Amino acid sequence: MLRSWLFLSTVLVGALSVGSAQATVRIERFNLQGPRALPEQTRAAVIRDYLQSWQSLRIALEQNRSELLGPSFIGEARDKLTETIGQQAVLGIRTKYQDRAHDIQIVFYSPDGLSIELKDKVEYDVEVLDHGKVKTTQHVIARYFIVLTPAEVQWRVRVLQAVAE
Amino acid sequence: MRLRGLLLTCVAATAMTHPVLSQSTSMSMPTAVEAGKAFSISITGSGKATLYIIGLGQVLKRDVTLGQAAFFPAGSLYNAGHYLAVLAADSSAQSGEFDIIPLNKPAELSFLARPSRLPVGLHNGITGAVYVFDAYQNLITTPTAISFELTGPAGTAQKRAMETQDGSAWTSMDSTGQQGVDRFVARSGEVSSNRVVSQVPGDPCGLKMTARLSGQKLVLATDPVRDCNGNAVSDGTIVTFTESFNGGQSTVDVPLKHGVAEVQMDDHSGATISVASGIVLGNQIHWKD
Repeated sequence: MLRSWLFLSTVLVGALSVGSAQATVRIERFNLQGPRALPEQTRAAVIRDYLQSWQSLRIALEQNRSELLGPSFIGEARDKLTETIGQQAVLGIRTKYQDRAHDIQIVFYSPDGLSIELKDKVEYDVEVLDHGKVKTTQHVIARYFIVLTPAEVQWRVRVLQAVAE
Repeated sequence: MRLRGLLLTCVAATAMTHPVLSQSTSMSMPTAVEAGKAFSISITGSGKATLYIIGLGQVLKRDVTLGQAAFFPAGSLYNAGHYLAVLAADSSAQSGEFDIIPLNKPAELSFLARPSRLPVGLHNGITGAVYVFDAYQNLITTPTAISFELTGPAGTAQKRAMETQDGSAWTSMDSTGQQGVDRFVARSGEVSSNRVVSQVPGDPCGLKMTARLSGQKLVLATDPVRDCNGNAVSDGTIVTFTESFNGGQSTVDVPLKHGVAEVQMDDHSGATISVASGIVLGNQIHWKD
């Protein structure tokens, strides 16, 4: 089903940004693939849990503690972030990711309701520390593909992958 | 693979206080590299520095000599994503950005077919959704050819061919009229993924019973119970017999056994007897001795 409508909203996610700056969130939804209608409640839950996953990865990568990735991540996304954290720990590196803005599109809701795919143009800052010494801070704009699947009480990120523009 | 040289000349890092990297130091790197492929970053200048490759998918760190290319052999970076290349010396740094992109060859399909069991004869009753990944478990987001094929118990096949959009594709198929096992296959290139879907008989169709006396009891028995496509309804399916008489009512639930349901009930002359299974009503009998 193709539904060409555009939903725009700007939301400050202060509640999700404890101890850090707030990110601006803009949600677009159009050309949703799949035969299944996306209930508003589901849409809100997916966005909430996805934004929460950025908080989880920020803390996990900053502290090099992969156990902090759960329960936001599962499957390949969790494995890859865990691998990154392991590499950081071995090299004495820590990274601080701070998301500044999200421009999110919901692109696919599978017919069985067991996966949902987003695209997100994310603006974030990355601070790189080597043995506690700041090497650089960069402002990055990247486009991400995200696949989430439902778990017991929330949606979990199964794929988190930036793609070339 | 898109390899476009990009000359990054002294991209300022926000944390610089006492630049050590000279003005002549610069990095040149491809903007995109296929996952797992070798690549190099050219670095001009002189002296020593540390090169960091920073991404959500991987992190690397190398001591480099300025004026020489930093070579990354095949297999160095394989997780698709956006990466920073940071060249740092003491308190100064230069940086560039590049992408690791998925291989264009599918290696794994994440294929979910639903439901695993359904009645025969349902239009668009079976759905399949697939995500396509490369050998490094990167989602292939470029349009990729995918085909779905559902082969029913009688060997007839329904086929769909399409391209993925944003890494995913989906389809819906009809369950056929014959009970049995369907084979549902998603295929992309040389990779395929199989699922099994069971087609079970639908609701009973033309449910009919007969009655006869056996001693003091009334024996009620259905004809072999079949769905509207002629498939025998599964044993264990509950059939309900109801006998109404003189303001009273007696109901018995009986599971199908060998395709029929049979029960003995009290003989009440003038009783009305009905049979049903689920929401399907069968015939009625007005019993008189």
